[in-house]
This record gives sequence, structure tokens and C-alpha cells, in this order.
Amino acid sequence: MSTHTGTIPYYFNHAKERSFIMSWVLSTDHKRIGILYLVSILTFFIAGMTIGLLMRIELIAPGRTIVSATTYNAMFTLHGVIMIFLFIIPGIPASFGNFVLPLQIGARDVAFPRLNLLSWWLFIMGAILAVVSLFTGGGPIDTGWTFYAPYSIRTTSNVTLAVFAAFLVGFSSILTGLNFLTTIHRLRAEGMKFFKMPLFVWALYATGWIQLIATPVIGITLVLVMLERLFGIGVFDPAKGGDPILFQHLFWIYSHPAVYIMILPAMGVISEIIPTFARRTIFGYRAIAFSSLAIAFVGYLVWGHHMNTSGMSDTARIIFSFLTFLVAVPSGVKVFNWLATLYKGSIDIKSPLLYALSFIFLFSIGGLTGLVNGALASDVHIHDTYFVVGHFHYTMFGGVGFALFGALHYWFPKITGKLYNELLAKIAWLFLFAGFNTLYFPMFIMGFQGMPRRYYDYPAQFHSLQFLSTVGSWILFTGVVLIFANLINALRKGASSPANPWNGTTLEWTIPSPPSAENFEIIPVVKHGPYYRGDTK
Amino acid sequence: MKTEFSITHHADSEGARFGMWLFLFTEILLFGGLFLLYSVYRSEHALNFHSASLELSRFFGTFNTVVLLTSSLTMALSIHFIRYGEQKKSMLFLILTILMGALFLINKYLEWSAKFEHGIYPGSHELVNRSRGEVLFYGLYFTMTGLHAFHVFAGILVLLVMLVLIKKQAITGDDYVKLENSGLYWHLVDIIWIFLFPLFYLIS
Repeated sequence: MSTHTGTIPYYFNHAKERSFIMSWVLSTDHKRIGILYLVSILTFFIAGMTIGLLMRIELIAPGRTIVSATTYNAMFTLHGVIMIFLFIIPGIPASFGNFVLPLQIGARDVAFPRLNLLSWWLFIMGAILAVVSLFTGGGPIDTGWTFYAPYSIRTTSNVTLAVFAAFLVGFSSILTGLNFLTTIHRLRAEGMKFFKMPLFVWALYATGWIQLIATPVIGITLVLVMLERLFGIGVFDPAKGGDPILFQHLFWIYSHPAVYIMILPAMGVISEIIPTFARRTIFGYRAIAFSSLAIAFVGYLVWGHHMNTSGMSDTARIIFSFLTFLVAVPSGVKVFNWLATLYKGSIDIKSPLLYALSFIFLFSIGGLTGLVNGALASDVHIHDTYFVVGHFHYTMFGGVGFALFGALHYWFPKITGKLYNELLAKIAWLFLFAGFNTLYFPMFIMGFQGMPRRYYDYPAQFHSLQFLSTVGSWILFTGVVLIFANLINALRKGASSPANPWNGTTLEWTIPSPPSAENFEIIPVVKHGPYYRGDTK
Repeated sequence: MKTEFSITHHADSEGARFGMWLFLFTEILLFGGLFLLYSVYRSEHALNFHSASLELSRFFGTFNTVVLLTSSLTMALSIHFIRYGEQKKSMLFLILTILMGALFLINKYLEWSAKFEHGIYPGSHELVNRSRGEVLFYGLYFTMTGLHAFHVFAGILVLLVMLVLIKKQAITGDDYVKLENSGLYWHLVDIIWIFLFPLFYLIS
């Protein structure tokens, strides 16, 4: 099997009765659905990034630069909605999870293939409605991605449709989680006990539970916002006795766990890349597996830290603050185990590993600044400032984004059967990494000095840092362009990839690149742990 | 070259049931958000909630509770008979279940209409002049019973599909997990009503 060299993926051929497009959008094959998701989310990433770049240009100097203040409000809302709901939440689980999960557990597909296709369709319908909402009704929403009541109830912009779009995307996320949980419970190959599963699968398992227990809450919250706008039921409207703070509670009961929906699969990717390129079995396998579950559990109970200045009792705030600190423990467990895996490994610095290492670096900064937000006294000072924006982007882009690009470089040969240019991949990473820090690090300083988030204009004292940040956005953009250019070029002219280009140990590397439609000719029998290298040493 | 590989899954009814339970779990959380709002507002406006509750028709509420509980029984009987391969009986009880679901919705329609005639609906002139607690009570009443009725409606559609599948012998004594899962869904809708009924009709 290892002598097999890459061929054209079967997914580029199609049966006669279906056109090429139909063979994709009606396919129940988990690999095709994974690729559909991957292409969709990367498209939304580019859209969200373009808006982000325009916002940075607007902020390059005080006063009006290219857009009006109202347009700016719509832009930061759109940037948030696209990046959160259409890129980073479906992100790694829906794309790489769909493609890799059945391969890693030795299955032919997910448990409910048709449901899987339905969730992609729901996602796409949500995305289409989100776009439609920009040009219909009262125009693009201007509430921020958090849709806070009572403004979201009163604004004339097209909140109802946009919120419905988010509802559909949420439903899609629930179905994916449900599908993965059932798949992991029912379809593992013979011999693959829970504690022989790759850590990416463990991460998807924990993520599935969060998708299931958190997403319905945002579902009902968004339904209530729609009902409030359509019929005026009054539950979030202070004029009728409703309490907008309750909206915030319900919103964050979902939206805080949602950041773990984003970060846990990212951590799973890192737990795959590091043992592969350290040529060692992972250190602390069970600790990493359990820490995923611990993050999922504790993460469900910390939503109140988003509302430290909204009006809550001190008791509640202290409890939420304490629980927030608690999340740092399982996160720290993961970081230390990754570092311990690298210790005395035969480290092979390939581009996926560079992404994994920069993930650890950037996520640690994001995590530690998270403690500054979590502590009540300091949070009152930095709440709703650029410090929070910096923290958020360090965890979400520096964390999830870098892991996603790492996963893209790690599994690209498996998915496409092609090898990309390694040197160019490293150069692109360097631009991305340098640009990222130039773009977001100044935000910590500005936030600390009092620059509020979401402001269109600012005093001259922030000019140089804002300018630096905008320059960073251009460097980062260069990196993204290089990544896509490299990968697209590899798709067209890349050399064929062997079955196992990285010397990985998990099951997806035992089958040809790209995999055949049925994944495994014979379902393997698993005897060793996922990162076992006993016979290669 | 083989392009579309059709995977012949061995029907995994255990997995299907597992997935259904997970789905029911999300439904409970969906309503859970509303129950949370209900408990907060009721504790803030206890007296108004009690007086507003008096205006609801206990007769209709009780009658509907009986209808829905009985429909859960017929649903269970339908599954019971398909297990023993008694297709006709299974279909009969399924039809009874659907009819009772429809009766529930008709009652709900009559009940809502009566409220509308008295000028009580979200944002109505009559309601706006009342206390805030009553506004919230009716806001929640219409939202929660409305969402519940929507679930009953969806359930009826699902059961109609099941009826066709039994008729076509796609659901048989050997493979009835679809009907079983539909039954689970129907019972969930029933259980939610069992909580809604006392919380809205019987609190005064």
C-alpha cells in the first residue's frame, strides 16, 4: 500500500446521470461533504478578511478615510457574523472533521450520511440568507455579531432575516455534532477502544457534546428575537417589562461554549501534528483526552464573564470569574503535554509543525490575556476595549485560524493526493505569523490605554499604533495570498503524494492519497494506540 | 472507473436510536431556554402571573392534556403491533394518533382565537394597558404553546410519512426503528405539554 502513488481523486469524476456540480452537492460521501465545507468556509474566510482589511484601512488615520460611520458599523457586524457563524464555528469540525474522522476510526462513512448532506445544505441556505439580508429590508445589520437586545429589536436594519440565517447555521451545527457523536459511538473499527482513538477524534467528541448542549439555547434566543421583532411579545423589551440582560445570558450560554466549539478541534489538530513531526508518541495521551472533556464541561459554566459590566450580583461575578480561571487548567495541561512530546523528539520542522508551534505561542498569549479579562478588577478597566479584541483574535485567529491552516497543510496531500512546495509554504507561514503579530499585538497596548472597540474614530494619540496595526494587516494578507497560491499551484501541477508523506501513525495514513470511495478495502483491526511507533524505531 | 460507491450499511438501529435520543436532548434544551425565562419572570411577577393564569380556559387545557396523553398511548400501541408484524393494527393506531394530534391543534386554534377576540395577543391595545407581568405571561404563553403546537404539527407530518412507509412495508416487524424514533419524538412533545399545562393553566 505504501508504494501507491497519488492518482486523480475519484471525486473529480462523476457518474453519467449526474453533472459535475450535482455529483458534489448531492453526494452523501463524507469526503466530498468535507471538501464542500472546506471550500465554503475558505470562501467565507476570504470575504470576512476582505471586510477586515477595509476596516483596517478606515482606521489607518483618525477621521473619515474611506467609509462613513454607518457603513463602518455594518462592516464590523458583517466581519463578525461571517467569521464567527460561517467560518470558524463550522470550521475545522465540518471540513476536516468530516473528511478525517471516519478515516481515523476506520469507518466507511459517518453514521448518518444523508443527515450530513442536509447539514451542509442548511449551512449554505443560512449563508445565502445572510447575503440576501444585506440587500433587502432595512439593509445590512448594524448590531454587532452579538445581536444585543433591545437595539436588535428596534433597529430598522434587516435583523430578522440575518438572525434566521444564524438559526439555520446553528441547526446545521447541531446535526453535525449529533452525527459525529453517533459515528464515534457506533462505527469505530474493531479493536479501537475509546482510549485508542486519535486525539483529534477525542476533540471532535468533546466538541460534539458542546454543539449539542449549547446550540439549542442560541436557537431559541434567536427565535425570540425574531418573534420580538415580528409580534412584540415583550420578553426582551424593557418597555413591556422584559429584561435585555436575560438576552445576554441566553446569548452567552451558547456563545461562550461556542468558542470551545472553535478551539477544541483546533487543539485536536495540534495533538495530531505534534507527535507526527516529533516522531514520538504523544506525551500524556489520557490527560489530553480528558482535558478536552474538562474544557467542554467547565466551559459551559463561565458565560457570565462576558457580562462583568452588564449588571450582575458580585457573588455571581466572583463565581464566574473563578470558573473562568479554572478553564486555564485543562488548557495548560494540553500545552505542557505538547511541549513534553517535543522534548527529545526527532523534530522534523515541516510547515504543519510551524503552524502547530505558532499555535502554542499565540494561543498562550491569547490564553494568558484571557486571565486578565477573567479577573474582575482588571476586566472593568479593559472591558469593551481593543484589549478584548486583541485577546479574541489571538485565541480565535492565532489559535483556531493557525490550527486550521496547519490542518490544511497537514491533510492537503491526503485530501488531494498532491504535494505542495514546502519552502513556499514556510515563507507564507512567516508572512502570516509576522503580519498577525504586527496586526493584533498593538491592540493590547491600545486597549490598555483605553481605546474602545467598535469605534469609528479615535484621538491622535492612537495614530501610530493604529497605523502599525494596519500595516500588519497587509503583511498578513500577503501571507494568506501566498498560502492559497501555493496550494492552488500544487493542485494544478504538484507532484503526487505517497500514502504517508509525513510518516504519520494514524489510520488515515495507511490508505492511499487520495482515499478511494470506500476508504478501506478491508476495515482494519486496531492493535496499538494511535501514535505507536514501536516497530519503526 | 467506479465513481459513485454506494455503501451498503448494515442497518444500525442501535445507532439510529442513539442519534434520536441526542436530538431529543437538543429539543429539551431548546424549550429549556424558554422555561428559564418563564421562571425568572414568574418569580419577578408572581401575582400578575397568577391572575393572568385565571383567564385561561382550564377546560380546554385539561381536555387537550387528555387528548395528547391518549395519543401517546395509541402511539405506543402502534409500535407494539408493528413489532409483532401486525401491519393493519399498527396503521390503525397510528391513524388514531394522528387524529388526536389534529384534535389537539384544533382545540389550540379555538383557544387562541377566543383570546384574540378578547383583544389579547402580543402587542395588542388591550394587553399594553395591563400590568407588565401579564404582558410577559401572555408573551410567554403564546411563544411556548405556539412553539409546542409547531412541534405537534411537525410530529403529525412525520407520522403521516411513517404511515406511508408502513403501508409500503418499508417499516416492518424486522425493521421498525423509524417508527420507534417517531414515537420517541411524539412522547417528547407530549412530555413538554405536561410541563406547559400546569405552568400556564394551574398556577393560580
